[in-house]
Amino acid sequence: MKSRITLNQQAAENHWLIENVRWIDPKAGTDRIGRLHIVDGAIGGTDTLDDDLPKDINRYDGTGLIGGPGWIDLATELGEPGREEDETLETGLKSALAGGFTSVVSSANTLPAIDTPASVQFIQQKAARTALAKVHVLGCVSKGRGGEELAEIGSLVEAGVVALSDAPSPINSNALLKRALEYCSMFDKVILDHPEVTSLSYRGVMHEDMTQLILGLAPMPAESEDLATSRDIRLVEATGGRLHLLGISTAGSVELCRRAKSREEPLTVGISIANLHCIDEQLRSFDSNCKINPPMRSQMHVDACREGLADGTIDIISTGHRPCSLEKKMQELDAAPFGMVGLETAVGQIMTHVVQPGLLNWIGVFQKMSSRPASLLKIPGGSLATGQPADLVLINPIDRWTVDAPRMMTKAYNTPLHGTDLTGRAVATFVNGQLKFQAT
Amino acid sequence: MDFTAEISSGVAPSWRHRHLLGVEDLTGEEITLVLDLAEALQKATDAGRTKLSLLKGRTIANLFFENSTRTRNSFSLAAKRLGADTVEFSSSGSSVSKGETFIDTAKTIEAMGVDAVVVRHATPGTPHLLSRHLEGSIVNAGDGPHEHPTQGLLDLCTIRQQRGSLKGLTVALVGDIAHSRTARSNIWGLLKLGAKPIVCGPATLVSKRWEQMGVEVAHSLDAILPRCDVLNLLRIQFERQSTRPFPSVHEYALLYAMTNERMLRSKQDILIMAPGPINRGVELTPEVADGPHSVILKQVTNGIAIRMAVLWLLLGQKENGL
Repeated sequence: MKSRITLNQQAAENHWLIENVRWIDPKAGTDRIGRLHIVDGAIGGTDTLDDDLPKDINRYDGTGLIGGPGWIDLATELGEPGREEDETLETGLKSALAGGFTSVVSSANTLPAIDTPASVQFIQQKAARTALAKVHVLGCVSKGRGGEELAEIGSLVEAGVVALSDAPSPINSNALLKRALEYCSMFDKVILDHPEVTSLSYRGVMHEDMTQLILGLAPMPAESEDLATSRDIRLVEATGGRLHLLGISTAGSVELCRRAKSREEPLTVGISIANLHCIDEQLRSFDSNCKINPPMRSQMHVDACREGLADGTIDIISTGHRPCSLEKKMQELDAAPFGMVGLETAVGQIMTHVVQPGLLNWIGVFQKMSSRPASLLKIPGGSLATGQPADLVLINPIDRWTVDAPRMMTKAYNTPLHGTDLTGRAVATFVNGQLKFQAT
Repeated sequence: MDFTAEISSGVAPSWRHRHLLGVEDLTGEEITLVLDLAEALQKATDAGRTKLSLLKGRTIANLFFENSTRTRNSFSLAAKRLGADTVEFSSSGSSVSKGETFIDTAKTIEAMGVDAVVVRHATPGTPHLLSRHLEGSIVNAGDGPHEHPTQGLLDLCTIRQQRGSLKGLTVALVGDIAHSRTARSNIWGLLKLGAKPIVCGPATLVSKRWEQMGVEVAHSLDAILPRCDVLNLLRIQFERQSTRPFPSVHEYALLYAMTNERMLRSKQDILIMAPGPINRGVELTPEVADGPHSVILKQVTNGIAIRMAVLWLLLGQKENGL
């Protein structure tokens, strides 16, 4: 196959002309084939005539590809500090680039949790040294993610956290969440909450329904999530604070959010990709890689979530990337931790389960994966406007491939998708105009 | 079916499964075959007085990660009556307490030259997981609340022995259905053999969802009692409950314990079963447990025959080198 890349020896590595790509700009709402050039790591413009281009420039022929602003993942677990057996910043960020993500928002679920300025700086500095994808840091809502006392949120904001979250743990205490919403409003920061009433899902392994009844695994009932969603909405209403529901998965949550949004509450709603297509019956394999939280629900809930995605109730899709080392996942289901990796399969999952069935068009996809996360966190990205940092992804939408988990970049490769066929994958990822990932 | 020829030739009837993980995986015909074979083996061993050599030279490991005396001894005796050697392993005092994963423990035991592993574990799916990591046959001896196939089969065997057939019989499983592997294995077997299962117990332990499987759901024992041919009284699994699903043992006994008084309102030929261990005074009173309708000890006897049949079917196939 002819190489898509023509390097110019005189050109700087962050000067590019990317041609013949179907460009999606979710902010402008445009979808058209053309060229885009990058100058000094920033977007120089689209459809620029040859005469107006810099003389020395690298060229990328993107015929047949879809391009747009790089994807941004929320609450990604990157392992450091403290859980290096699952993931490191380096493996996690390489995985992000391979999946088309130019920015990830790192989860505070580390050891120790991210509740001091020093721990924020640790991630910022170490991530910068890797020079891979960009990392924005989440700080804890409560000290040590313990759910009892507020963390020093002001200091964390000063250190540069983009939002606050105790995820994957929910904020169980109503009083703590109310206080946190009020307190965070001083800094205009959003709280990302994982909706779950743990007293109802205590020790739960899978969605409560017929499959769970047959398998005898401990249940995680839908109402455990519905109640938390409903409480979160009520507290947003009461405090005017900003809240993002990190991952909903039930028909009840979708309906509650739909109604809340019709009242124009300052609420945004997210979902993990798996909850858009994986169902509880997959647990029949007793594969611990199917043990995720929110759990794989029954088809009825999955259908309701898909409807919520199509009608705009759900604003943001995230990967739910939660690496767990093989030795942890090799345990019996009760003992195995929740989680699956998701960065490298995201494009394929979305193309196969969202775009092909007609739930969203590509503008919609780039909104949920890029412009909405950027505007939620008030970080750069999500647009192809001139002058924006050239964080871009190029996608081959027709490449059919089989997930080969052990060959992924992520350190742990716990995914229930191993061996399944997906259509669509990221072929090139640019960060600040530099080509950081290229599919082989 | 009569299996005298197979037993004297030493080659087990043909069987397509490598493992026994659950009754759900078996067809009605396969269940009937196991029951027939169990009866034939019972006869051939003269109810345990003579040993066979059908599995001579084979080794069977009992891997019990959860407390058990009766099931473990039953498997052990079944193996010995077939001429097999056994290795006993239970999690207390073993390397599991030293932090080894149970898969590694199982692999180590298998490396000692074991042909089949009988496994009990508190987590559903654990035998299935082992079946993907070990070479030999796996027999599920109870995986959490999921399945306990040999218990289900021995219960079916006991009913059939007493009634000739299960077709059309109304069999109530009473008690803690939510946490009972015995209930699940029984339900699959009863449905496949044409019986009418009822699950009965407090609404916190008996889900309405069972109806979707063709099982009748009841919360009043008194209401269903006159219709029942068999009552299988399941033990309350206090150890598996995270919150207490009923106010008190006293109230439970009031609503669900099988008493002499309830016996008077039952069918004349009702069978009383219990998978044991039984909590006397909770699920049933001593008079009922030891009364003429009780087949509880017959269940224990049949358990050995069922386990012999299962072990021989799995290990006695021609391609297994016998």
